[in-house]
Amino acid sequence: MIAKPKHQRLVLVAIALVAMLAAVLLAMWGLRDRAAYFYTPADVVAGKAQPGQSIRLGGMVQKGSVQRLADGVTVRFVLTDGAAKVPVVFRGIVPDLFREGSGAIAEGSLESGGTFDATNILAKHDERYMPPQMGNQAAEHQTAKTVDR
Amino acid sequence: MSSWLRFAPIFLLLLIVAAMLWRLANPPDTTVHSQMIGKPVPQFALAAAVPGVAGLSSAQLADGKPKLIHFFASWCVPCIGEAPVLDQLKKQGVQIDGIAIRDRPDELAQFLARNGDPFDRIGSDPESKTQLAFGSSGVPETFLVDGRGVIRLQHIGAIEPGEVPAITAAVEQAR
Amino acid sequence: MIAETGLAALWLAASLSLLQLVLGFVPAISKSGSGPIRAVAVLQGVLTLFSFAMLLLVFATTDLSVSLVAENSHSAKPWLYKIAGTWGNHEGSMLLWVTVLGVSGAALAIFSRRLEERTFIAALAAQGALALGFFIFLLFASNPFARLNPPAFEGRGLNPILQDPGLAFHPPTLYLGYVGLSVAFSLAVGALITGKVDRELARAMRPWVLGAWIFLTLGITAGSYWAYYDLGWGGWWFWDPVENASLMPWLAATALLHSLNVLAARDSLRAWTVMLAMIAFSMSMVGTFLVRSGVLTSVHAFAVDPKRGVFLLILLAFYVGAALLLFALRSGKLSEGPEFELLSREAALVGNNLLLSVILGVVFIGTLYPLFVEALTGAKLSVGAPYFNAVVGPIALALMALITIGPLLNWRQDSGERLKRLAIPALLGVTAFVVLLIAVPQDGLLAKLGFGFAVALFPASLLPLLGRKLRRTPLTTYAMVLAHFGVATAVAGMSISSLTTSETLIAAKPGEIVSVGRWSIRFDSIRPVVGPNWTALEATLYATRGGAIETLKPQARFYTDPPTETTQSAILTTLNGQLYTVVGQQVGDRWQLRLWWKPMVTLIWLGGFLIAIGGALALIGRAWRGWRRGSVR
Repeated sequence: MIAKPKHQRLVLVAIALVAMLAAVLLAMWGLRDRAAYFYTPADVVAGKAQPGQSIRLGGMVQKGSVQRLADGVTVRFVLTDGAAKVPVVFRGIVPDLFREGSGAIAEGSLESGGTFDATNILAKHDERYMPPQMGNQAAEHQTAKTVDR
Repeated sequence: MSSWLRFAPIFLLLLIVAAMLWRLANPPDTTVHSQMIGKPVPQFALAAAVPGVAGLSSAQLADGKPKLIHFFASWCVPCIGEAPVLDQLKKQGVQIDGIAIRDRPDELAQFLARNGDPFDRIGSDPESKTQLAFGSSGVPETFLVDGRGVIRLQHIGAIEPGEVPAITAAVEQAR
Repeated sequence: MIAETGLAALWLAASLSLLQLVLGFVPAISKSGSGPIRAVAVLQGVLTLFSFAMLLLVFATTDLSVSLVAENSHSAKPWLYKIAGTWGNHEGSMLLWVTVLGVSGAALAIFSRRLEERTFIAALAAQGALALGFFIFLLFASNPFARLNPPAFEGRGLNPILQDPGLAFHPPTLYLGYVGLSVAFSLAVGALITGKVDRELARAMRPWVLGAWIFLTLGITAGSYWAYYDLGWGGWWFWDPVENASLMPWLAATALLHSLNVLAARDSLRAWTVMLAMIAFSMSMVGTFLVRSGVLTSVHAFAVDPKRGVFLLILLAFYVGAALLLFALRSGKLSEGPEFELLSREAALVGNNLLLSVILGVVFIGTLYPLFVEALTGAKLSVGAPYFNAVVGPIALALMALITIGPLLNWRQDSGERLKRLAIPALLGVTAFVVLLIAVPQDGLLAKLGFGFAVALFPASLLPLLGRKLRRTPLTTYAMVLAHFGVATAVAGMSISSLTTSETLIAAKPGEIVSVGRWSIRFDSIRPVVGPNWTALEATLYATRGGAIETLKPQARFYTDPPTETTQSAILTTLNGQLYTVVGQQVGDRWQLRLWWKPMVTLIWLGGFLIAIGGALALIGRAWRGWRRGSVR
């Protein structure tokens, strides 16, 4: 079946449209439950996040809350935003910028028991935060815009 | 091909450019905002951070007069630039109390000597416990607390000179 | 002095690009040939290259009176990274971008001989227009030669994570790819203006697209390997917005490459080819915008400046908008090509284009979706691997099926006879799939299918050579075979490594023995070591799986300026996989160790490399053919 030239162009245009539509529909299907929403501890405590769903939880690592478990690679800590706290457990090597009192984002999901099971930790690089050890070096680096990690 | 179809990609481009322009005008906000606004200040009782200046406790904040609670540290670089602004606020009659986080008395004293001391009282928060209880995530940050001890405003980062009128107005409203 | 010379050359080149644009209108007024505009394009390219050379010199000598050097370099840096520091920042890399743009235009002016003259002039003028916009951006918003008075005492140092030989060459390779596509864009614009979209255009455009595509393939492959060994997470693709920004032009360029073959061989798919040529470079510009504007946060992003972002956005909107408008107005005038059947090579290539475009579309949507959602609802979300893998995976499988069948089909109309040869490859593929279903009972259907398709594609990609006199077969056929074989290689590597990787995460005392896969690894000791601008704690590991004992030394490294900690993984490459080791923090008297055994993972980058070589063979093959015929391509 050889399509006539006029038909062929029409067919090609139709196929192009179908392809675009397919891309959009496919994307919508994929985004429906694979996009990870961002929540604060207050949101989580208020019940806005579904257990088991892949989300990101952001807050401050509460001072004194970081506990290393006996296996040496699992760490428990608490993320807080002042109003609420969420306990987090993470198995892995924490990033270098991960510190108590500093900002962090945990990727993972909420367990039914209320603990957040993190599969990945992103520690925030905050220019405003210069720990005391920096001393006067901080002044030289004050305007340096380093790459956001 | 119908003209609608041929011009569709341009409409799509305009949509995308509009979204980008929006984002450029509203940069992603990665700061952690306090959830304590509208709530009473958390309970705390902090020792004096510098000899000669009184410490700070939450009980003292509900005395009928609104005040600014300013979180800072001697190692906080933007705090240096902010010092003249705080002086200006003080001259306009705004009461400012400070909470110094993770700091040492001698370095704090040096910082105040060099940059001025607009604080009525300065509490020492060596482990950032009070800071986190306020919902603050960094320095410098300033909270407006009204006469009844309720947190009304959070200002993240150094206060710019241009923001002084707005802050004094807010303090007035909080009476 | 050097900096001022560089800046002067830049201004001159910018003026020449304006002249180049203006000269494009000359044929409409007079009958003079392409001589003047060629000369202008060449001169512009030479001046831009000179300007870049001046910037290189200023970095090589660590001239701290130049603001850019003071902010991004350091006198203690090894010389390779001082040079690489030239493009390791926004302004310098933007100058590199513009240099490749100018030099490509010059090369187009010098080497293109067979294209119809008015189309050629229009294309050079379009190239001049592209250059002009970016020159203005460079000169007014990103001047690389700005002086610092008084000069800095010491530079602020490049981010240590970028101090790496692979990464030093990553931007230039990618830019040759991205910006090389500008020539395809200009040729498409020129052809739309004159209405001459035909075989000649395809043959003129093809070597440029091939060249750019080869560099993009190499750049992406190298970038992936760099991320793999340097970031210490064991992953090789993260669907990071900036990674996606480099993938999208590649997808468009791959579709364009195949479309050009149809246009050149059959004079068909005219509108498609022209559209793809414009989309490919548009994606390059979108990528540049995304990385430099702060619109998407990413590990890769340069220092953020919204004002520059707005400028780039306006440039982008203008160029892409103008191109799309031109297409809307002129594509109706393009005549139909000859018809073809459903079972034909053209149809298979149309399918190929479609699938690649769908992948491009879903990657684009996924990358921009967080931005749209936040703009419309204020909710913050992130779109990562779960989305991309789920959505791109199945389409990629369909694409592999086409790669298997397509090359065996004749142009215009095929009886399907040769498809019978696919019986054995298909059988092998199904067997491989079934074997994996049994051997690896847990999840991973996509990877198992991928391996099945790859196993079928390995022999199938060789089938076009069957029954031919191998010495008389054109180089371009070998090129296609190799590139498709490379695809099978890469997919096989991705599938096997994702299905059979073993991981061990443990805190161990020196002297302890840990295992991963069939490897037995003794954690011997950990001690401080010193490098040119870093100190580190280096672990010594002795690994064996029954044979020779290999030594691995992963490090936890500390740089001084700016203060940063990084992990340096230690990798052992064997014939059937890689042992990947990372040392973490100290926990009491133990140290955290993360070890992976990744079977066949190197096939991924080997595949990418083979694809690039296939492209190079095609380029050489066509040049050879053109030379033998007496004309240049």
